[in-house]
Amino acid sequence: MRFSDTQGLFERNEAPLSNVARMMRKLNLDGPLLGGLLLISGFGLVVLYSAVGANTELWIQQCIRLGIALTTMFLVAQLPPDLMRRWAPWGYFAGLGLLIMVLVLGEVGKGAQRWLDLGIRFQPSEIMKLAVPMMAAWYLHERQLPPKLGPLLLIAIVILVPTALIASQPDLGTALLIAAAGVLVIVLAGMSIRLMILLVLLSIPAAYALWNYFMQEYQKQRVLTLLNPDTDPLGAGYNIIQSKIAIGSGGLFGKGWTNGSQAQLEFLPERSTDFIFAVMGEEMGLLGLLSLLGLYMFVVARGLYIATQARDSFSRLLAGSISLTFFVYVFINTAMVTGLVPVVGVPLPLVSFGGTSMVTIMAGFGILMSIHTHRKLLPH
Amino acid sequence: MTRGAETKEQSARRFVVRVMLVMVFFVLAASSLMARAVHLQVLNKDFLNQQADSRHLRTEKISAHRGSIVDRNGEPLAISTPVDSVWANPKELAAAVDRVPQLAKALKLDSQLLMRRITQSMDKEFLYLKRHLSPEQAQQVMALKLPGVNVLREYRRYYPSGEVSGHLVGFTSVDDDGQEGLELEFNHWLSGESGAKRVLKDRLGRAVENVESIRPPHHGRDLRTSIDLRLQYLAYRALKSAIRQHKAESGSIVLLDVQTGEVLAMVNQPTYNPNDRAQYSAERYRNRAITDIFEPGSSIKPLILAAALESGRYRPSSTVDTAPGFVVVGPKKIEDKNNLGRVSLTTVLSRSSNVGVTKVAMSLEPDQLWNTMTQFGLGALTSSGFPGESAGLLTHYNHWQEISQATLAYGYGVSVTPLQLAQAYAALGNDGEMRPVSLIALDKPNEGERILSSDTSAAIRRMMEEVVRPGGTGTKASIPGYRVAGKTGTTWKFAAGGYSHDKYLSIFAGLAPASDPRLAAVVIIDEPTGDLYYGSDVAAPVFADVISESLRLMAVPPDALPARRDDNIMQAMSQ
Repeated sequence: MRFSDTQGLFERNEAPLSNVARMMRKLNLDGPLLGGLLLISGFGLVVLYSAVGANTELWIQQCIRLGIALTTMFLVAQLPPDLMRRWAPWGYFAGLGLLIMVLVLGEVGKGAQRWLDLGIRFQPSEIMKLAVPMMAAWYLHERQLPPKLGPLLLIAIVILVPTALIASQPDLGTALLIAAAGVLVIVLAGMSIRLMILLVLLSIPAAYALWNYFMQEYQKQRVLTLLNPDTDPLGAGYNIIQSKIAIGSGGLFGKGWTNGSQAQLEFLPERSTDFIFAVMGEEMGLLGLLSLLGLYMFVVARGLYIATQARDSFSRLLAGSISLTFFVYVFINTAMVTGLVPVVGVPLPLVSFGGTSMVTIMAGFGILMSIHTHRKLLPH
Repeated sequence: MTRGAETKEQSARRFVVRVMLVMVFFVLAASSLMARAVHLQVLNKDFLNQQADSRHLRTEKISAHRGSIVDRNGEPLAISTPVDSVWANPKELAAAVDRVPQLAKALKLDSQLLMRRITQSMDKEFLYLKRHLSPEQAQQVMALKLPGVNVLREYRRYYPSGEVSGHLVGFTSVDDDGQEGLELEFNHWLSGESGAKRVLKDRLGRAVENVESIRPPHHGRDLRTSIDLRLQYLAYRALKSAIRQHKAESGSIVLLDVQTGEVLAMVNQPTYNPNDRAQYSAERYRNRAITDIFEPGSSIKPLILAAALESGRYRPSSTVDTAPGFVVVGPKKIEDKNNLGRVSLTTVLSRSSNVGVTKVAMSLEPDQLWNTMTQFGLGALTSSGFPGESAGLLTHYNHWQEISQATLAYGYGVSVTPLQLAQAYAALGNDGEMRPVSLIALDKPNEGERILSSDTSAAIRRMMEEVVRPGGTGTKASIPGYRVAGKTGTTWKFAAGGYSHDKYLSIFAGLAPASDPRLAAVVIIDEPTGDLYYGSDVAAPVFADVISESLRLMAVPPDALPARRDDNIMQAMSQ
């Protein structure tokens, strides 16, 4: 079966366009993707209202953030992929510069140095979430594929430098996501499978070295606690235990919106941010969780479809990487909340309270839309 | 694998293959996630649900209201008022450390001390910050809305009569458990049983809502004591002023209802105010009337003479020769103050002749004497049930030596509590029928036990009346309008190395009105240090003071209205 056979699942390409679809195309928006994103965000706002304890003020704040993020997506969608490609190196190096600035004069919050205040307060690491895959895709554009060892090493450096800078802030979660975004570009570009297996094998001694020489004590603690949260139920294991209890006690249909005892009585930590998935599990049950996961899968699938339809390798690699990285976000957060992987501070995309990551993610989807809607304008 | 540059077509196809490949991993990841959700939400649901419940469902105590203690007329002696105790979970309070000074101010505590207590209890989850605040004060503290600070409804004991009834009523601990006195003796009756309710609590331990009542509290029952607060107050006032006047160490008064055996008043000095716990000291909070023993001295003589009359070998008018004013028993010379010569038993009592009563006692069979003393309740606990009660000391006649029987006659070598002595006198007042004493108000008197013939007790009462009449030793116990029967006692206190000759115990025990006794009373003044120390001078006036007022309060008709005065009135009216 060829992948293109499945395209009918998403869009009848040559069918007469409806008025809505025509307008969408004019605005450089992709209907199915936009629909999926709005459903997730809407669902997210409903859950969030409960997770902030029915605090209307905070809730409206989040609605405004969503508005800003959607506007960003719309604006980014207007930029032609060619333009983005040409700007990619500048963006990357500007991002690197900002990361170094963070290390020098960044603000400290919750024990980590992540924020930079240049008129507006923001985390430069957010820029790198898009800049790294763009830079990698830029480098591989119009180049011989699959990439040879030399270019691969160069891209590895492109990925590793910002990853290391961010990991030293320390912000392991974001560093992992950025590395994943870069690596996904290489994998999609057709890096040799044998090489990948070799790297996986090499990663075992690397992991050993990482554990013994590079990981912070709190990071080790998180891993150890994951393996056995009951050893420290009041300390490091508290979050995971409360979160598992919240999800599990929700059962099939949940305890009802705003009725979760773990969430509403504040047993669940970070209920509106990193652990909002547990609030959902408790109040909406397995049904709610699977519905949300289904929506996420739909968005990822649509993104990958857009990638396969792209007309040049920059667009293709970038679109593929953004879509799959989005899935990595979802997976890391949900796996962390359900106790499958250690607790790394990754929010649930488009649902968790907070604006920065939402703007970045929507900007990424703006790139996808741009790639999809501008492809007719590109020369074959 | 293709070598060299791929065409665009090939490159696009390779991309699709790669996407499929990555998708395989991602579908695996997504499946594991869903499997995890099913694992938690379907397979582990019950366990985790129960875990959730155990986090926010708590069983809380509903404090039971402790019963009141009232006097025989319903006047309150001890009542419980609702108070709020403020407690904190130090771990949670630590989150608001900067507001501790604010909290200290609201609690009226020293800020630094409070801070130290909180940091020292960091490993605990419960710490009383301050107990027994008024509900208004507690409300002010809660208005600060500090994390981990909570209120617990408790009841605090309040003693309206303060030190007047302190010894008898006793007190409770801060946890509302009886510690002393009736509060301890009847703790179970008073305290009831606390109830329980299920409440929904949030992470900071704040009760969010009441879910259900598991078991309602059973409030404690009230306790109606035999005490008459009016008489108690009279006795308290009289004793306190006597102690001050004679610069005495301590003292006790016990007032019994002769006909029922109920204790109408029981006071001691020094005393304490049970509302003010700072005053507590062992020396102050002993209920000496029940816990302390003393040698009764001459006040035992009516009991000895009762034994003599019961033996059938003596009558009140029987004579005994007390010349030459002393008698030698074994190594000891027993003396009277004056040589009275040959006198009747009545005079032996009224002049308190040691020689006379010794000779009478020596002539009795030891077992008969011992039996009578035992029947009078000497050497055995009374039925008061009061915590810490002493049984006194009465050596069994098998162990008596000649001198034991002699000294017993004038009240040495035997020890009693004030309550025991009052009980014995009450039996004399109740026509020889001994009623068990009671600290609880009785609907009808307890079954009594006849220990003397009615004749004997009436004879002893008449003899004791002579004590109070002019010529006797207890004239200062007389009360205008009432006939009084009683006996004085003055004993040397037994100290290390023998009897001290400058420390005395002044005693008066008696009955009134003598024609049909209603009250039996014992007054003990320990170590009066003024010029006066005889029971006749120190204890007797206190007795008269308390009994005259009490008889009036109880509206007991006078039995000794002077006939002369009636005549005067008649004369006045006729003129």
